[in-house]
Amino acid sequence: MSSLALRKSAPAAGTTPGTAQGPPLRRRIALVPTLTLLLGALYCLLPVAWVVIAATKSGRELFSTFTFLPGTGFTQNLKDLNAYRDGLYWTWMGNSALYAGLGALLSTAVSALSGYALAVYRFRGRETVFNVLMAGVLMPPVILAIPQYLLLAKADLTDSYASVLLPLILSPYGVYLARIYASAAVPGDVVEAGRMDGASEWRIFIRIALPMMVPGLVTVFLFQFVAVWNNFLLPYIMLSDDEKFPITLGLFTLLEQGANTPALYTLVITGATLAVLPLIALFLVIQRFWSLDLLSGAVKS
Amino acid sequence: MTSARRTSYGVKGAPYAFLLPAATLFALFFALPIGYAVWLSLHKVRVFGLGLGAGARKEVWAGLENYTDALTDSALLHGALRVVGYGAIVVPVMLGLALVFALMLDTDRVRLAPFTRLAIFLPYAIPGVVAALLWGFLYLPDVSPFYYVLNGLGLPQPDLLDGGPLYLALSNIAVWGGTGFNMIVIYTSLQAIPVEVYEAAKLDGATPLQIALKIKIPMVAPSLVLTFFFSIIATLQVFSEPTTLKPLTNSVSTTWSPLMKVYQDAFGKGDIYAAAAEAAIIAVVTLVLSFGFLRAANSGNKQEEAR
Repeated sequence: MSSLALRKSAPAAGTTPGTAQGPPLRRRIALVPTLTLLLGALYCLLPVAWVVIAATKSGRELFSTFTFLPGTGFTQNLKDLNAYRDGLYWTWMGNSALYAGLGALLSTAVSALSGYALAVYRFRGRETVFNVLMAGVLMPPVILAIPQYLLLAKADLTDSYASVLLPLILSPYGVYLARIYASAAVPGDVVEAGRMDGASEWRIFIRIALPMMVPGLVTVFLFQFVAVWNNFLLPYIMLSDDEKFPITLGLFTLLEQGANTPALYTLVITGATLAVLPLIALFLVIQRFWSLDLLSGAVKS
Repeated sequence: MTSARRTSYGVKGAPYAFLLPAATLFALFFALPIGYAVWLSLHKVRVFGLGLGAGARKEVWAGLENYTDALTDSALLHGALRVVGYGAIVVPVMLGLALVFALMLDTDRVRLAPFTRLAIFLPYAIPGVVAALLWGFLYLPDVSPFYYVLNGLGLPQPDLLDGGPLYLALSNIAVWGGTGFNMIVIYTSLQAIPVEVYEAAKLDGATPLQIALKIKIPMVAPSLVLTFFFSIIATLQVFSEPTTLKPLTNSVSTTWSPLMKVYQDAFGKGDIYAAAAEAAIIAVVTLVLSFGFLRAANSGNKQEEAR
């Protein structure tokens, strides 16, 4: 983000000669780009605005009043959602937080270890290990998920929290990002200096390299968090007990039931709103830490 | 362990030790399942006698039978064709919009850039299932604001969840969800171009459009290639959006996309052997496309360098 701020000031500095010609030039807006971007923003925000407003409507208002007019049913909708199967909705939210939080944490740890090893050491099979891991990115999830399900069923682990958590810990994309970040952020000299001082490899990693990698690892964590939170297929295949569902699967089953009973529509809509709002809030907070430099690094190499 | 041994063995063994967790997870959750899927795809169940008793159902070698069945299965072929049609809309529209928005953000004197950038990126934070659910309601005549407006104006109201419009409806969900992410990738590499590169062109009187077409787009070509590659992979794997729309319309079949067909065969019909063969075919197609594409992109780069 810091480089963004720097770059932003650059064109402003370039236009200073223009300001000498008088204030009108300075106030000129690039009209077409601004309008295009506003249209894009409108397109992206409209469905979100719609669901937030729709959540305030009672079942009858949903089908009768103009869709962007707020209704009067929000508190009742909340009560209904709360009451649905003794607060099952909140169990789903909690499950999602658990899957995404713990999953992303473990995934970041594994990515950090592997990325560091692939970036810092020269060893036999390094490129092979990396290429094999990367092939994992290309594997369609369902290809893996079905045999994963069958194997976990043999180990009697399906329909458990572990069945959704374990397969997601190793993220080839996370390893890829961690490797790029480690090779950019951890200088070989520093590692060498640590060795001269007699530190063990593990100690060098924990005490020297890991702190240097933290900004990149935050990005890996966020990517993984969003990826696990958004995941649908794996829990869809693995879980049958709806007490263990994440929010995506929970809302989907609600919608499936709602297809036969439109009264459940308001429940789905209110549930979707409440599921989206914390994510948007989290998103607004984290986007300040979002390392765009890392992304561009990933693109350039 | 003596210290002398640690220094010699320690450094050499360290990378392998660091890679151990990843290697273990890879073996358990990637390699083993893939191997198992291949094994399954080469087998089938044969029922002996009346199909009763312990030994009545047995796994037997099927050779390539599951594969020939899958390749001649019209449901799978139709699913593949649907996904090709869907991808032909999603990929160009999504990447085109992402490129346009990224270039607009990178223009001088543009207003509200931070706000619009965030707004367009926002759908990335919304799970695909929830996105499909939101749009699904917006497509439903009973609740949709679009229908409300069309109705008020006395205009015809097309059924968005059937026939040709269904492709547009599904594509729109993917475009909505993916444009922002791709925009950020392209925008970030635009930001990495030093200002001096087009400062000269500006002095020569080049218009912003000329600068965008002649300088900026060629310079971000690598990230366009990357986003194109990831979009294709994601398109081939479309699953959750049509699955989510299914409860809202009768036009999305259980075999709408190839992955849905695989799921349906494995868990709906319980024929994991056929599902494994279909999954293997999809994986091979994905890998062939990916490597072919990467090779083409690489040779393109080399030509660029040679010039």
